[in-house]
Amino acid sequence: MLSAITSGLRLVGNRVVNGVWRLGYASRFFALALIRSGTSFRRFRLTMREIYFAGVLSLIIIGVSGLFVGMVLGLQGYETLQKYGSAEAVGTLVALSLTRELGPVVAALLFASRAGSAMTAEIGLMKATEQISAMEMMAVDPIARVIGPRLWGGIISMPLLAAMFSAVGVFGGYLITVVVIGVDAGAFWSQMQGAVDFRQDILNGVIKSVVFGVAVTAIALFEGYDAPPTAEGVSGATTRTVVTSSLAILGLDFVLTAFMFTGV
Amino acid sequence: MNRTVLDLWVGVFVVAGILALMFLALKVGNASETYNVGQTYGLIANFENIGGLKRRAPVKSAGVVVGRVADIQFDNDRFVARVTITVDQRYKFPRDTFASILTSGLLGEQYIGLKGGGDEKTLQNGEAFKFTQSAVVLEELISKFLYDKAAEGGGSSK
Repeated sequence: MLSAITSGLRLVGNRVVNGVWRLGYASRFFALALIRSGTSFRRFRLTMREIYFAGVLSLIIIGVSGLFVGMVLGLQGYETLQKYGSAEAVGTLVALSLTRELGPVVAALLFASRAGSAMTAEIGLMKATEQISAMEMMAVDPIARVIGPRLWGGIISMPLLAAMFSAVGVFGGYLITVVVIGVDAGAFWSQMQGAVDFRQDILNGVIKSVVFGVAVTAIALFEGYDAPPTAEGVSGATTRTVVTSSLAILGLDFVLTAFMFTGV
Repeated sequence: MNRTVLDLWVGVFVVAGILALMFLALKVGNASETYNVGQTYGLIANFENIGGLKRRAPVKSAGVVVGRVADIQFDNDRFVARVTITVDQRYKFPRDTFASILTSGLLGEQYIGLKGGGDEKTLQNGEAFKFTQSAVVLEELISKFLYDKAAEGGGSSK
């Protein structure tokens, strides 16, 4: 009985200590990647390659999802707003939801599952096949050569992807409500422009997406770097990347929203 | 992948992202209005009650937006609301301009309406409006209406 309790306590203690240890290790890793990111800019071609893999290849999924999210917002918003006789306000609804919340958050979730998981798997496999150790043997710093460019590639790509998501989404909303349903185009745009503030809504959305970009890329790279060098370890790390970064995005979004959009 | 092709795609990606931001700023948002600064001047209006007026609310004259509410503060000496508005330099208003808080639509947002007077001198930067009218508070309106009705009923029974 007593031994069961102590072993249970020991397990909980072990989990907590382990979690705190991992958090510290992750922070040290992130700081190291930032300090040694000079290479990412001196040899910008390395970063550009990562922008291609993280950003350009995510364009299709971001564009298609943005279009459909905007179209659904337009349809649902119109259904509800026309009951109150203010169908023209659907432009405001679509634009505010996209620039403030859905653009950054959904784009970051897609980015985490599309690009984050790929980064983790790539680095995990590089570690499993001892490419990272080989670099160290050749006096090439793997953090500067492998981690840094990926980190900056992710940080640069994310806000651009979120902006495209929002823009395509607004266009999708326009397509459904104005072209298909027949809401007046002038009222659609003018009410939108009256309600959406550049600093308050658009710039805050960009800030959100930068924060998400840092969080997702850092988590993905750390999980890959920390993965046990086995097939099982890499697959587990990939799963953890998607789960952890999705939770981090939603948690950070709440904190940022609480700072940005209250007490105006 | 060929280097030049990769460069091209990354370039296209960055340009598309910046275009999306421009679209959001100019077409969806009101950056073109917000950053039209430099050619404005400030005026002060004191209201007994501003109702639901907020910062950045429009200032209109004859229905045209001529400025925005810059700041709202409470004047502790006179117990009135001190509203600072910025007006586009192109528009000049006479000194006896009448400023009132109006509502667009029945339940819409509140804005400040300016009605020009006949004075030959115009309001300069930092000057205050002489004539203002507070926001209409629905409760006060209803109670006034009920009070008048009651008074009418009392009068006719005599």
